[in-house]
Amino acid sequence: MIEFSNYDILRNLLFATQWTILLSLAAFVGGTTVALALTAMRLTRNAIMRTLVRMYVELFQGTPLLMQMFLCFFGLSMLGYEISAWGAAILSLTFFTSAFLVEIWRGCIDTLPKGQWEASRCLGLSFLQTLRFIILPQAIRVATAPTVGFSVQVIKGTALASVIGFVELTKVGTMLNNATFEPFKVFTLVALIYFMLCYPLSLYSKHLEKKFNVSR
Amino acid sequence: MLYFSDLLQYSDVFFSGLMTTVELTVLTTFLGVALGTTCATLRQYGNLAGQRIVSVYVELIRNTPFIVQLFFIFFGLPAIGIMLSPWEASMIALTINLGAYSTEIIRAGLASISKGQVEAAKVLGLNFRQTLTRVIFIPAFEKIYPALTSQCIIVMLGSAVISQISVQDLTYAANLVQSRNFRAFESYLVTALLYLGLSILLRFAFNALGKRLFAYRSVQ
Repeated sequence: MIEFSNYDILRNLLFATQWTILLSLAAFVGGTTVALALTAMRLTRNAIMRTLVRMYVELFQGTPLLMQMFLCFFGLSMLGYEISAWGAAILSLTFFTSAFLVEIWRGCIDTLPKGQWEASRCLGLSFLQTLRFIILPQAIRVATAPTVGFSVQVIKGTALASVIGFVELTKVGTMLNNATFEPFKVFTLVALIYFMLCYPLSLYSKHLEKKFNVSR
Repeated sequence: MLYFSDLLQYSDVFFSGLMTTVELTVLTTFLGVALGTTCATLRQYGNLAGQRIVSVYVELIRNTPFIVQLFFIFFGLPAIGIMLSPWEASMIALTINLGAYSTEIIRAGLASISKGQVEAAKVLGLNFRQTLTRVIFIPAFEKIYPALTSQCIIVMLGSAVISQISVQDLTYAANLVQSRNFRAFESYLVTALLYLGLSILLRFAFNALGKRLFAYRSVQ
């Protein structure tokens, strides 16, 4: 049997943290991209599009992320689509992230006075121009703080990828626990590493929130 | 092809899993909100030490994944002599998790009560406990009720993870069924829809409850 020193445990955990970070980044990029498209769809006056977005949000906010991962990983491969744990994790985290971001951004856009839309129409701006030059610049200011705050949820969400066998921080934690039989030490370290990833983002989000509130 | 009929014979497995999830959700909602209320009161009106302790608790829980908290409680605590059954560990983990989030939410509600109300209560001779229960809590909870209830639903969905320490909840049922008949997609899809139904049902229940709890509005 191989002996694991404290250094070995920490080194392995830190190595796995890279995958947690990479998965979080991929999910966040995927999630924001999809959420942008969905937000644009929601703002159109097409009732079908808006209903579709509402159903999307309802579906992915109303079901557990773990279940979405199982569906993407075990479900899709049973249907004949080969998908890796990495792919399934990114896919389900993208659904999850985008469903929440659409709702967050909806709130931000709704705080802008309706007169802005009407004024833009009076000035003869098209829908896309209104979005690009009037709404987005203001909405981004409001949306930054809650979006950064939500990125913490994305990082925490990646921990579930361990259940479908993707080797990231939590998975390496359980593997090390099986090898060392020192669950208290291992899971304390795992939790601490997650904390060190998430806490700065939480603080930054709070800071942004304050900054925005002052300038108003 | 999809074969949902293969799932029918396992309907009792799904049902008992669903019941476990509902049972844990109801229990942890009450315990978690109670914990959150206590911590939020301590954070808002308590002494410095109390405020610090609550802050550390809230930040620690909010910045670590639920699955790690669960593993820490279930696998980690026995190492220092605290043995818990999977069910107990899940209940504690869910309560602590909801407690931390609801502390933040409820504290926002407490902070929104204008100082004048508290001072008026003092002038009228109400003691601190009376001020809390009769003046502060009801309007504070009314303000944050939607946020609090959606957090309860998020925790219910998060409880899917407890199947990993072999609590026989709805997700555990899905895993069991798909390992028996290899209908993974169907099994997980049905389970996802059951969770969706449960979250919609919970939202209706919370809305109905909210209308009754805050009915004093219409009396005025």
